Amino acid sequence: MLEINNVRKTFNARTVNERVALNDITLRLEDRDFVTVIGGNGAGKSTLLNAVAGVWPVESGSIVLDGTDITSLPEHKRAALLGRVFQDPMMGTAASMQIEENLALAARRGQKRTLRPGITREERARYRDMLAELGLGLEDRMTAKVGLLSGGQRQALTLLMATLKKPKLLLLDEHTAALDPRTAAKVLELSERIIQENKLMTLMVTHNMKDAIRYGNRLIMMNEGRVILDISGEEKKKLTIELLMNAFARASGETFVNDRMLLG
Amino acid sequence: MNPASLFNALPGAVAQGLIWGIMSIGVYITYKVLDLADLTVDGSMATGGAVCIMLMLNDWNVFLALLCAMAAGMLAGLITGLFHTKMGIPAILAGILTQLSLYSLNLAVMDFKANQGINVTKYQLLVSQRNVRTLDLSNPIFITLLVLALVIGVLYWFFGTETGCSLRATGANEAMARAQGINTKRAKILGLMISNGIVALSSAMLAHYQGFVDVNMGRGAIVIGLAAVIISEVIFGKLFRNFALKLLAVAVGAVLYFLVIQVVLWLGLNTNLLKLLSALIVAVFLGIPYWRANLAARHPRKGGKEHA
Ligand SMILES: Nc1ncnc2c1ncn2[C@@H]1O[C@H](COP(=O)(O)OP(=O)(O)OP(=O)(O)O)[C@@H](O)[C@H]1O
Ligand SMILES: [Mg+2]
Repeated sequence: MLEINNVRKTFNARTVNERVALNDITLRLEDRDFVTVIGGNGAGKSTLLNAVAGVWPVESGSIVLDGTDITSLPEHKRAALLGRVFQDPMMGTAASMQIEENLALAARRGQKRTLRPGITREERARYRDMLAELGLGLEDRMTAKVGLLSGGQRQALTLLMATLKKPKLLLLDEHTAALDPRTAAKVLELSERIIQENKLMTLMVTHNMKDAIRYGNRLIMMNEGRVILDISGEEKKKLTIELLMNAFARASGETFVNDRMLLG
Repeated sequence: MNPASLFNALPGAVAQGLIWGIMSIGVYITYKVLDLADLTVDGSMATGGAVCIMLMLNDWNVFLALLCAMAAGMLAGLITGLFHTKMGIPAILAGILTQLSLYSLNLAVMDFKANQGINVTKYQLLVSQRNVRTLDLSNPIFITLLVLALVIGVLYWFFGTETGCSLRATGANEAMARAQGINTKRAKILGLMISNGIVALSSAMLAHYQGFVDVNMGRGAIVIGLAAVIISEVIFGKLFRNFALKLLAVAVGAVLYFLVIQVVLWLGLNTNLLKLLSALIVAVFLGIPYWRANLAARHPRKGGKEHA
């Protein structure tokens, strides 16, 4: 279970650029929740995920994951509990290292790094099988530098790395936004498959309303650093883009005018 | 410009190049593996010699003295690492601060003298200029090659371990490294320590080789190290993909650098202008990737390297 209690984050505090990105936000996720997160530009979606990941400290509130208070844990320590895939395909992998080396790094998340070999033969065999399952032909290029892969291949690899060591929570921040529609659809399907198979608690940010409706068992909408809409279960299954837009207008008192979100 | 005089100077240039090659490998670790420009080396390139020579003058065993020299270098790297990671000082500035304080510390180690000699006949030195043309096992080229092989071997092993991989990941993509649970601050500190330990070893060997330690002997070391790294990439970049071979290429780069310097001196360049020349050459080579990228951006080729 994930509990986000009254978390506040202000960027550039006490300057003219002050910006409250998370406004005492409270959110609770059950273990099997697969939550899609939507909201306009600057709504605080990425900030929410970064707060959970510990990219920087939050000002107030607490974040409890699976009974552990991680609010003041440094980023690399929380990483033991989290799997993350970023919007930028460059960000999730080390371009100058080999595919198998990247996987081996991920396999040791949350473990002490010792003077034992960075990758073993058994691991290689295991990674080969996992890569073969992706169906991208990466199993024959295990020693190729990740920098040679396409954006979609890199995101698929990052997804594998994020879940190689089963995380308590998977954070996906618009991880298909930089891909062409066909590749994006593939990576999304792969994400869902991995989430289902491993029964992962997931927060997935997307700008695509259709995807937000199609995937997951729960949908939240953010605006100005708060959750303004939280739909799950049967209600979510009946959602349409129109219903969602009306709900937004009611909840925020504004009409929905974000081009990027309409695109879905 | 007597060809014989150039020929005579070559063994010395090779020996010096190899010793500086060890230092350049230290620079490679920070500059290439960790993606940090560490200026500590200008200081630690004198620290190693100072510690080693002074201990030997106090009748310490040569190998123990060498080990202490390396430990002193690692300590210097630790200080830079702490400045950088615990005090948020940019890496370059952190290195400069350590380098400056090392100047005083090196003098203190050397009893506040600008240089300290060590007699080849009285002390058992690891390498000595005197033997540079002898054809037996005491030849400094031979011994330095052995040390080089040892250094490359240990580094090759280390960077294949879990810890070593975490250092490489930190240099390759820090955000990713943290997301994979790597303590990137610690990785940087460790990398700086290893690098400066190697630099100090090279410094101690250089002091042995020339028979004295000078408080200024590290001045410009970073430029020589970068020159070696750049030369190695230009010549061997496409050829060598194995890490050990890359390290070897850096040492070869340093040797080539000293050979070129030797030729330039032979052609009659004033010794005092050497540093100017080195700096300009390194500046040009550092600029090449930038110019290349600009050119590529202005004249994009159809179906370029993008695999997306
Ligand atoms: N590192 C930062 N420094 C300063 N301001 C920031 C930083 N990160 C986010 N912000 C600001 O905080 C607010 C919320 O940003 P955030 O990135 O969370 O929005 P988002 O919902 O992810 O938007 P988008 O859909 O554009 O990705 C924005 O006003 C943004 O400008
Ligand atoms: Mg965002």
